[in-house]
Amino acid sequence: MPIGSVPPKYKVTIDNDLCMLCERCIENCPYGTFRREGNKIMTFSRACTGCHRCVAMCPRDAIDIEEKPVDYRTHPVWTREAREAIYNQAQSGKIILTGMGNTLNVPPIFDRLLLDACQVTNPSIDPLREPMELRTYIGKKPRQISVKKTAEGDIDLATQLAPNLKCETPIMIGHMSYGAISLNAQRSMARGAAEEGTFMGTGEGGLHKSLYPYQDNMIVQIASGRFGVDIDYLERGAAIEIKIGQGAKPGIGGHLPGEKVDEKVSKTRMIPLYSDAISPAPHHDIYSIEDLSQLVRSLKEATEWKKPVFVKIAAVHNVAAIAAGIARSSADAVVIDGFRGGTGSAPRVFRDHVGIPIEAAIAAVDQKLNKQGIRNEVSIIASGGIRDSADVTKAIALGADSVYIGTAALVSLGCRVCGSCYRNMCPWGIATQREDLTARIDPDIMYKNVSNLIHGWTLEIAELMGAAGINSIESLRGNRDRLRGYMLDENILSVLDVKTVGAGAE
Amino acid sequence: MCGIISVIDRKKNPMDGSAIKESLSIMNERGNGEGSGYAVYGAFPEFADYYAIHVFYDDLIGPKTAVEEELEKLGTVKHQEEIPTFEQPNLKKRHIPWRYFFKPNVMALGTSVSEEDILVYLMTKVNTTIPGALIYSTGKNIAVFKAAGWPEEVADFYRIQDYEGYIWLSHNRYPTNTAGWWGGAHPFNLLDWTVVHNGEITSYGTNKRYLESFGYVCTMHTDTEVVAYLTDLLQRQHNLPAELAFKALAPPFWDDIDRMPEKERTFNTALRMAYGPAMMNGPFAIVVANSEGIAGITDRIKLRPLVAAEAGDRLYLSSEEAAIRVAEPALDRVWMPRAGEPVIGRIE
Repeated sequence: MPIGSVPPKYKVTIDNDLCMLCERCIENCPYGTFRREGNKIMTFSRACTGCHRCVAMCPRDAIDIEEKPVDYRTHPVWTREAREAIYNQAQSGKIILTGMGNTLNVPPIFDRLLLDACQVTNPSIDPLREPMELRTYIGKKPRQISVKKTAEGDIDLATQLAPNLKCETPIMIGHMSYGAISLNAQRSMARGAAEEGTFMGTGEGGLHKSLYPYQDNMIVQIASGRFGVDIDYLERGAAIEIKIGQGAKPGIGGHLPGEKVDEKVSKTRMIPLYSDAISPAPHHDIYSIEDLSQLVRSLKEATEWKKPVFVKIAAVHNVAAIAAGIARSSADAVVIDGFRGGTGSAPRVFRDHVGIPIEAAIAAVDQKLNKQGIRNEVSIIASGGIRDSADVTKAIALGADSVYIGTAALVSLGCRVCGSCYRNMCPWGIATQREDLTARIDPDIMYKNVSNLIHGWTLEIAELMGAAGINSIESLRGNRDRLRGYMLDENILSVLDVKTVGAGAE
Repeated sequence: MCGIISVIDRKKNPMDGSAIKESLSIMNERGNGEGSGYAVYGAFPEFADYYAIHVFYDDLIGPKTAVEEELEKLGTVKHQEEIPTFEQPNLKKRHIPWRYFFKPNVMALGTSVSEEDILVYLMTKVNTTIPGALIYSTGKNIAVFKAAGWPEEVADFYRIQDYEGYIWLSHNRYPTNTAGWWGGAHPFNLLDWTVVHNGEITSYGTNKRYLESFGYVCTMHTDTEVVAYLTDLLQRQHNLPAELAFKALAPPFWDDIDRMPEKERTFNTALRMAYGPAMMNGPFAIVVANSEGIAGITDRIKLRPLVAAEAGDRLYLSSEEAAIRVAEPALDRVWMPRAGEPVIGRIE
């Protein structure tokens, strides 16, 4: 090719004094970074994705991976990424695909929000000694409770509650489909979620039989491709979620390459073996809120009004008005996925440039629903870039009922966020269907990582709440008083409805 | 910090304000001289059918004219007067307290609404759009006296011993996170509801937003205001009996709800799910009154003190037993209510 190849991103070196030629690096790297030549392991750095599987598995710590310094002429505007994208497209003429979340260097708003803590006048609460309540009900709530007096003078409840998901923590695991990720990864997360009394999404890949034991903790998803959807699927889920959009790629559909569609995936998705699974950008029966409302109600009717129905959208500029429409469509919860949301595969230009940060989206939606007097009647689930318990706490203080985590759950299974999920070669056995690779996750062991993660975050949220003098998560939700903005401009503070650092209560 | 004391005479025998002043003043170490106040039910028998609208004016020209224009649009003023005050060495007249006895016109807003709704509309309108005027009480037959000062100064400023009633509430303030100002002093009143509060409501942000979604506007710059509005919302608008409304504000823990028999469990679950944003968090002891009685409640882990006592027909609720004994040295019964459990005293 006249342009030639681009320089490698990583430099992989082996310390031959330490190496004992066990060849685990060769076995572990599906990209072919290592080979043996005589009494030496040779490296082919160009193949490395920086997944660190080899480093993690080397018994002698003999492998070093460094990000290779850019050997183009440095330029503040024409970055390495900008130039390489052009070389790549000049050669291929294709859309550039990528995996995982946004890589643009835009500071997360979460990092510029600071939480509160009590001092003296108001005692902080010690979660080790006092009850701390994180239980969260996701679903429709009545606007008010009606009571009636019985003939005997007792007071009875006259209001009937809509079905809700009872979560023991405000952390749920978002939708990652079977196909995009491996069954073993899904099973680990499903069991982990069930252990912690919370829920996990199936994604649009259907529900594999081996997940049936966890079905009471699973939310089944319906995307535009309708993969794996039949009445049995709907009935098995604890809740149903209609996916309209996704934070990593608002406005476009999904694409699972045929090579990931092996026999089990094909059966679960109900599509032909090795065929590409393409979800259209829109649902072809939804062109308005009225249409959405029909689907929501049909799903409820099909499941005898026993299950909450959620609607997931990407966080976009007009997210508040869209969410308000969804709230009025009979949906029980609106899921908002921010522009840092992960993905198995998306066009890079979408992932990095379309949508808005989840922090602003939550605040705008919460505000709009509140103004319309319906905030308490529908739940808000926030996702897309939740990295730790502080992010969860801040998301709730901005107005979310609970969060979905995605990448964080994968990281608990070993994922190093190398961003090569779309290649079906994930060395950690997560974003792949290759059996030799998926076997690297034993769900009966790895579920513990997931449950540990959720458990640990839950403890931290309890501590943060206690420090703020709050012993029940309901009192944190939408409580902007417990947040202050640091180095945020006035416009963002106004969208977030948060005061600046140093400002008192009023 | 902050000290509260409240008393009801269940037979509606009138009590003048001298004893409550002494009771409150003994808790001076709970305040800092930046806010005290008193409320009394049964204060205006001659105007018992009219809403007593109390206003702080910054001057009697602009704001007063603007308020009276609103009053004229919304109903009829039967009588109005400046509230008599007597300046004290440390308590000068920062605002001019005024009261109107007012009858709303239920058709004033173009369509038939309740008298109470007109009053809420009026209060919101005045407090959010007329600078220099603050409506701080709107109840029938209820007088509220408050200012930034020590309990005895505020009592003498208004000469509360000249007033009589069958329920008294009082408050000695130690402002911690908001400024000490006249409007921020307790009691807080809305229609028939009056509230005094010791503590800090850490759920204020959530409660405030929840109330806003029902059209209430918080203008007093203090967390206690939400208690009056939440009580109004739950008891007047949603028709919840007092016991249930208090349960919504300080509900049982989920662990306790899980152990309840099915019917009770369903009831409590529904109450918590529907009124999660109304529940109050943080350290608090509050007394809420209406013309039918008083109710005291603390937060769910009792981070603030509350003592109850009975003497004949009278029920006392206070931060300290000593304060009660100043008014009534011989008590029939004294007890410490459990966390989150309301103590209710009703007129007979």
